[in-house]
Amino acid sequence: MAAMNDPLAAPVAAPIERYVPGTGQQHRHTIVVLVNDRPGVLNRVASLTRARNFNIESLAVGHTERPGISRMTITLRGDSFAVEQMAKQLYRLIDVLKVQDLPAEGVVEHELALIKVKATNHTRAEVLKVVELYKGRILDIGNDTVIVEHSGTEQEIDSLVALLGGFGIREMVRTGSVAMSRGSGVVDIEGILRSGTVPAVPTTIHPEEGNR
Amino acid sequence: MATEQEPRTGQATPAGMGRHVPNAGSAAAAEIEQARSTMLSDVKPRNRTRIGADALCEALLRQSVDTVFGYPGGVILPLYDVWGDYPGLRHVLVRHEQGAAHAADGYARASRKVGVCLGTSGPGATNLVTGIATAQLDSIPMVAITGNVPGALIGKDAFQEIDITGITLPMTKHNYLVRSADDIPRVIAEAFHVARTGRPGPVHVDITKDALTSETRADHPDTIDLPGFKPTFEGHPRQIRVAAEAIQAAKRPVILAGHGILLGDAMDELIAFAEKTQIPIAHTLLGIGAIDERHPLSYGYMGMHGWKHVNKAIQSADLLIALGMRFDDRVTGKVSTYAPRARIVHVDIDPSEIGKNVAVDVPIVGDVKRVLRALTPLMTLRAPEERAAYFAELAEWRSASEGVSWHGSGAWKDGLLSADYVVQRLGELTNHDATLVADVGQNQMWVARYAGFRRPDSHVSSGGLGTMGFALPAAMGAALGRPDKEAWAVAGDGGFQMVSQELMTCVADNIPVKIALMDNKKLGMIRQWQEIIYGGNYHSSTLPGPDWAKLCDAYGLPCFRARTPEEVDPAIRAAQAYDGPAMVWFETAETQNVLPMMPAGKGLSDLIETWEGEEA
Repeated sequence: MAAMNDPLAAPVAAPIERYVPGTGQQHRHTIVVLVNDRPGVLNRVASLTRARNFNIESLAVGHTERPGISRMTITLRGDSFAVEQMAKQLYRLIDVLKVQDLPAEGVVEHELALIKVKATNHTRAEVLKVVELYKGRILDIGNDTVIVEHSGTEQEIDSLVALLGGFGIREMVRTGSVAMSRGSGVVDIEGILRSGTVPAVPTTIHPEEGNR
Repeated sequence: MATEQEPRTGQATPAGMGRHVPNAGSAAAAEIEQARSTMLSDVKPRNRTRIGADALCEALLRQSVDTVFGYPGGVILPLYDVWGDYPGLRHVLVRHEQGAAHAADGYARASRKVGVCLGTSGPGATNLVTGIATAQLDSIPMVAITGNVPGALIGKDAFQEIDITGITLPMTKHNYLVRSADDIPRVIAEAFHVARTGRPGPVHVDITKDALTSETRADHPDTIDLPGFKPTFEGHPRQIRVAAEAIQAAKRPVILAGHGILLGDAMDELIAFAEKTQIPIAHTLLGIGAIDERHPLSYGYMGMHGWKHVNKAIQSADLLIALGMRFDDRVTGKVSTYAPRARIVHVDIDPSEIGKNVAVDVPIVGDVKRVLRALTPLMTLRAPEERAAYFAELAEWRSASEGVSWHGSGAWKDGLLSADYVVQRLGELTNHDATLVADVGQNQMWVARYAGFRRPDSHVSSGGLGTMGFALPAAMGAALGRPDKEAWAVAGDGGFQMVSQELMTCVADNIPVKIALMDNKKLGMIRQWQEIIYGGNYHSSTLPGPDWAKLCDAYGLPCFRARTPEEVDPAIRAAQAYDGPAMVWFETAETQNVLPMMPAGKGLSDLIETWEGEEA
């Protein structure tokens, strides 16, 4: 029936295979999250990302210019839907005040690395030369090791690590990225905190009406 | 969880030679010792000052709480000690904490108020967990309160101590660990605000024993300041205009009405919108009651065990208007083949639901009631005749699918009692006005398909978590939350055996729950999957049960029995006529299947409508 004027017979420009969110092209994203500095907040964020199956590469937490507010920088891989979903899930946490997916351009993004490199009398000069070339710093010189400090983008540190790898890396720690957008734009923490209060007991509370 | 063990330490210690305490002599060590003695002392603070437990009771009363479902235990006892001073708070003593959580859930769903449950630390708290998770998955406003060991003992593996806030963190809307009596008024006010505002959900408040027993002068706040919790209520006007254009242009639109319609009290707005635009309404499991099923635009229940005609309409739609629903996998099946020709307008108050399971063409974040109020005036009034061809096709599909897998005669096979008939008669004999609380499994699907719902909040079901054992305790809550409506628990013999101890709560507190026990002596849905998907490998799906009449007799409630279609009506009527809790024991056919069925991992178009191998 309805074969003649079946609306389905008309050409429709809709996909036959519907896109499944999260299955698109994966990219590296940097997300900045402003949270209340309270016990357990890091746990909330970590628990959420694990439970929601997001693929985090690094997470760095620290203070902001505003006491009581911490800033997390999370780098993760995913398609744009997955990253948007991550941001929206983070907003469900009551201790999360602001989530920003930083653009790929116009951002300063650095991490810090401490690298303990094998450096004997034969190789020390060469190690120091490499470190100098990368504008790294030597924090400690031992009998047969040096500790190198370097801050830079993930790629810069990767590249230094690759070079120092030839001498033998004995120990390494990297902080994970922290990031900030360039220019005069800032995250308005005060504005978020001034967003206003609500009545503790809704005016609609009424035994007959219910209080949902 | 009501007992505390005898202290094992402290005896036979030589005088003047205290047992070694880490960091002995420090202030922290003294505090821990003090906390240990607090934990064991039998404080009776009569003739007393205002303590944290008082602040908690006052805070509950300020939120218009009248009923709390709970179970006492060591560290929550200070609360029970003052409870008698607050006659406005009714305490229902359940027989297991899971019952308390489900009862608070059922109370919330039936009454539209915030449900409250209460338990002690450790096992009391973990027993609440299944009920809290049930509320989380179904967005039910609930405040779950637990006691915890004194603050200084936290982290010491004290008796009945467990990191319960760590456990409830991923399954609540928010949770709190309260360590000071002074924080109780603010935290309780915030907890109720968060639980009921925006997309509702459960909030867990864990309170240390010393916070409950400490003196406090803290006032109840007049306002709440939560900068991180500002739900968006108004839909974006531009998005609403885009949606209006898409709806205007659609030839085969379908409304998908979800739980959000009920939670957002948008039933009238839904009908006004549908009637003006002449768009048929399909509903989700939890969207049942969003529209009277007799309404000409109500097209029926969608999804895995939904009506074939409804799923067919979705699969052939050119526009889906999703209102307060979340494209659960039980609704979509395989997403890649879901509604392949449809654009999607999605309205939800929780932005994280948009784009989570399916990609959406027109997202609108906002309260569905306000969005519909803004959207409907933008729509052109349509006459039903304008959609005559579409409606004729829908009507044809409907009559075809309603004729299949429906045993309206009452006898399924060989005269055995058909479960769908029982549910249908239950709907009719309660005038479709009772609160029907389903358990999980086949019984739940039969209720959803055949009871016939007309009133909002008349259908209560654990949709997201699918918690067996939900029906009886949730029906207790529903009976107390809506005392003007009959409350029926419809449960299979499997789910019922998980919570049958709550029969005693019903009898002891005279909670007039009626129970429709659908006894097929099987885990029916498990058996069905084993038959259809696992090639008839019936492992652990046959479930011997007790003699239910004797069980009811032992608990002190009547049990009416029905084994044939003729016995159904008299049994239901007898239970209705009894003043108090009563059971009807329906001995239904053992191998009846719920059809149609979408096998897991398949799409909505792959519905199994008939099953030849029913005689397994």
